[in-house]
Amino acid sequence: MKNFRFKFDWVVLPAIGLALVLAIWSASSETWAGKLPSPGQTWDKSKLYITEPFAHRGVQDQGIVRFTLYSLILVAKGYALALLLGVPLGFCLGLSDFFTRTFDPIFQILRPVSPLAWLPLGLVLFHKNEPAAIFTIAICAMWPTVLNTAVGVRSIPQDYLNVARVLSLSRTRTLFSVLLPAALPYMFTGFRLSLGIAWLVIVAAEMLTGIPGVGNFLYQEYNSGIFEHILLCIITIGIVGFAMDRIMSIVENNLKRVFA
Amino acid sequence: MNPYLSLRNVGKTYPTPKGSAVIVEDFNLSLRQGEFVCLIGHSGCGKSTVLSMVAGLNPLSSGEMILAGKKIEGPGPDRGVVFQAPCLLPWMTALGNVQLGVDQIYPQSTRNQRREIAAKFLTLVGLGDAVHQKPPELSVGMRQRVGLARAFALDPRLLLLDEPFGMLDSLTRFELQQVLIDLWNENQKTALMVTHDVDEALFLADRIVMMTNGPAARVGDILEVSFPRPRGREEVMAHPDYYRLREYLIEFLEEHAYPQQTPPPGSAKPQADAASYHAMVEHARVPVGND
Ligand SMILES: Nc1ncnc2c1ncn2[C@@H]1O[C@H](COP(=O)(O)OP(=O)(O)O)[C@@H](O)[C@H]1O
Ligand SMILES: [Mg+2]
Repeated sequence: MKNFRFKFDWVVLPAIGLALVLAIWSASSETWAGKLPSPGQTWDKSKLYITEPFAHRGVQDQGIVRFTLYSLILVAKGYALALLLGVPLGFCLGLSDFFTRTFDPIFQILRPVSPLAWLPLGLVLFHKNEPAAIFTIAICAMWPTVLNTAVGVRSIPQDYLNVARVLSLSRTRTLFSVLLPAALPYMFTGFRLSLGIAWLVIVAAEMLTGIPGVGNFLYQEYNSGIFEHILLCIITIGIVGFAMDRIMSIVENNLKRVFA
Repeated sequence: MNPYLSLRNVGKTYPTPKGSAVIVEDFNLSLRQGEFVCLIGHSGCGKSTVLSMVAGLNPLSSGEMILAGKKIEGPGPDRGVVFQAPCLLPWMTALGNVQLGVDQIYPQSTRNQRREIAAKFLTLVGLGDAVHQKPPELSVGMRQRVGLARAFALDPRLLLLDEPFGMLDSLTRFELQQVLIDLWNENQKTALMVTHDVDEALFLADRIVMMTNGPAARVGDILEVSFPRPRGREEVMAHPDYYRLREYLIEFLEEHAYPQQTPPPGSAKPQADAASYHAMVEHARVPVGND
């Protein structure tokens, strides 16, 4: 009975949802949205990119997984920079009221700025496409890491700090044995949210710079009028983003178990 | 003979929205080396405040404290502190928690030697088999054993214990009192321990310091407890002086019961204390009545 309930909740219901969306999609492409390819057309035109996922037929014509990997590599670079900047900033915010009063207003103003606005500035600053894209990803994605790290550091129990003080641990020992582990579960929430933003930014960054990847492919195919591939890219981006979020939350939950 | 630890005219004042609150004032106390002193008093009178000042976690408002000829300024590993909550770092094993302190005081030893010292103290508190377990896997009693091991492993000049067994059930409390007294018999550290429990104080202490109620709490009375050591629980309780001393303590607490000041808002502790205090009194009355 329990098993049935599980199947119903996790297989049957999502399948019904999927079927409904496919039905609306088909109906739309046949009625009011004439240019929207139907699910069948989309599959026919996309098959090759899925069945030969790593193919390299030309710069603009590669398997979907290959494009995705390009994007992931670029995201990884920008994301790494985001963490490298975000964690120390978060620690400074969490540890020092002085630092918070000085910089928090600026952070609050920079935080909502769109990647579309940062990218031209990146091009002005770095002259090249890739550094500009990495800069944009990093500056858009780092805020959740900054803020969650700060919250994590502020919410370290006084007990742990007392232990560090009573034992007279050195600053580095306190940082690595007490502060960092105690703040890690919060920090990881920030890491997860930052990764989501980095992945959101990638499409815009690739469109504007022309760096090959799944986002650039999407825009290219729009210009070439192959609308089926727009849908292929959207679905791919969604699945990859979802998978990354799932993996990050599994790690996050495990950390919470160990460190809390 | 010079006292080993002396608190001279120690005072603590907290600034509050309604002006400054004098918590402790003119607190004078001296401990001989190797002496075990218990501090009792009603909840909120300032026992933890005094202890945290000796630990160096809380700056004095007035007076001074001398330990082994040196003025106490700030915290340090020459004082082993056991808090009411075990305060272990949950991401480290029991061994790691004890070793954290050992690393600080034996920087010149090898890693292995330090690990052995930590393991030795864990074995002494009966956790020889649990050294690699993490605090969440341990019961509260076992965690507090780790807390005791961590404090003793520092080989401190002074042990400071703030109601270390307050949150344990009575059976576990008896066990841990025994663990503590065994450790102390092995190496007689000068110790200052806050407790609520009159029987605990009589079992452990050489002297019991009774604090008056706040505000401006100070030492109200001091009771010498000269039961022969090493002590066993049964011998102590069977000692002809036991109930006289116990009655003396309870009378002091009763005289100072229900402080005139209202309990601080949002604090449920005083009520819990009143209840346990009643339990103590009831408990005391039965055998006394049999005399
Ligand atoms: N940071 C603080 N600011 C103001 N009052 C405080 C502060 N810390 C403790 N107190 C007050 O000092 C008194 C003594 O507290 P404490 O030493 O914890 O008592 P005890 O340990 O004897 O129960 C209490 O009335 C408490 O409200
Ligand atoms: Mg207290």
